[in-house]
Amino acid sequence: MLMKRLIVCLDIRDRQVTKGVRFEGNLPVGDPVELAGRYYQEGADEMVFYDITASAEARPIDIDMVREVGRRIFIPFTVGGGIGSVADMRRALLAGADKVSVNSLAVAHPEIVAAGAREFGSQCIVLGLDARKTPDPAFPSGYEVVVRGGRTPTGLDVVDWARRAVELGVGEICLNSIDADGVRQGYDLVITRRVAEAVPVPVVASGGAGNVRHLRDALVEGRADAALIASLAHIDGNSCRRLKDELRGWGIPMRQ
Amino acid sequence: MTAILDYDAGNTESMRLALEKVGAKPEVTCDIAKLARAQRLVFPGVGSAAQCMRILRERRLDQVIRDAFRDGKPILAVCIGIQLLFDRSEEDGGVPALGVFPGQVERFIPPPDDPGVKIPHMGWNRVRFLAPHPILPPPGGYGEFYFVHSYYPVPAWEDTAVRHLPPLPGRPGGKVYGATDHAGVDFAAIVGLGSCLATQFHPEKSGEVGLAILERFKTWDGQTC
Repeated sequence: MLMKRLIVCLDIRDRQVTKGVRFEGNLPVGDPVELAGRYYQEGADEMVFYDITASAEARPIDIDMVREVGRRIFIPFTVGGGIGSVADMRRALLAGADKVSVNSLAVAHPEIVAAGAREFGSQCIVLGLDARKTPDPAFPSGYEVVVRGGRTPTGLDVVDWARRAVELGVGEICLNSIDADGVRQGYDLVITRRVAEAVPVPVVASGGAGNVRHLRDALVEGRADAALIASLAHIDGNSCRRLKDELRGWGIPMRQ
Repeated sequence: MTAILDYDAGNTESMRLALEKVGAKPEVTCDIAKLARAQRLVFPGVGSAAQCMRILRERRLDQVIRDAFRDGKPILAVCIGIQLLFDRSEEDGGVPALGVFPGQVERFIPPPDDPGVKIPHMGWNRVRFLAPHPILPPPGGYGEFYFVHSYYPVPAWEDTAVRHLPPLPGRPGGKVYGATDHAGVDFAAIVGLGSCLATQFHPEKSGEVGLAILERFKTWDGQTC
């Protein structure tokens, strides 16, 4: 039986892992390569590295860092931020990354994402999808897709966009609730479940984990295939192994 | 030297880094002379069957693999590597493959009654070891490995303990050394024949248990138990 995954997310600014609240007020928490090595030893199933300032500074992702990470961890990892072309995707994948994550790029240039999926396979392309709750009836799912760290609304409905992205060739969706991100009150289970039930590809719940119960809720009530954590690892110092032991206690299949 | 076959099939860098980590001396190459001199071959990759077979043929690497197999050189095949060793794959409308292992490769069909089952089979799954092999943990035990694939191998061997298909006349038998399940199918996750061992999962991405297999491959002489 396929297990659920616990993914540690490292947001990187100026070669430091940072942790913020709703994309603001970031605090440095450590060196990405050192932290990656530690989380690998502590049983993380997968990792994501977001170069959070690459897009804003219009520069490509830090490839040297990707190479160093590849020498330290022997589990799958995704890189995102600063992926603007098929050539950027190729560079990251050739440096040892398993997947690349695209967010604003998929909204602005869906054809680039489709070309990447054809070239490297859908399993290499993750859609980062930031969702914000809205009362506007123009959005049937009740959530709108936002980009640029939540600053820019797109007019796209979250479930519609998730389905379209899968048609483009995206092989996984990392669904981040902007309202819940960094607040540590739990994932948004409503939109997680709506997306997980709407698409045939794996869905990663992101944004809002404050304790292990929240992880359980995302994987069970939210029907997510994986749960992404940041503060739980960086700030609270929880080891993935201990979190997964607790999840296994609830009957959720997790890797030992 | 351990040669990693270079046929533009994705993640050769991950395999190189993992082999380096366990102290092997890996080199990614498509140079026929170098491949012939290599003590061991690794046949990695992610990609589509048709595209991979086309490049293998263009670079004459199909013959390199068959020659190495005939000569008893240790070969480790991973992911698309295991799939291309079979007679044919259902992918891309049907692709004739290398024919080193008898059998074929079929697509997972999502069970209509369970929307929770996703294709591709992506993530960690538990593999049970079925038979003794010098580079694998002992039979009876389990290990957790990382998979990413939409097609799975169906060997045409009687002793698979996974699928019961008749043996083919005039073809040597191999073994299914490990099995796991997805989308309602119990399938072969590790297949071996002679000096060739093949895994559907990625040992280079499966943490310490995966690295342990690569470490034993580094000194394996190609003999089976």
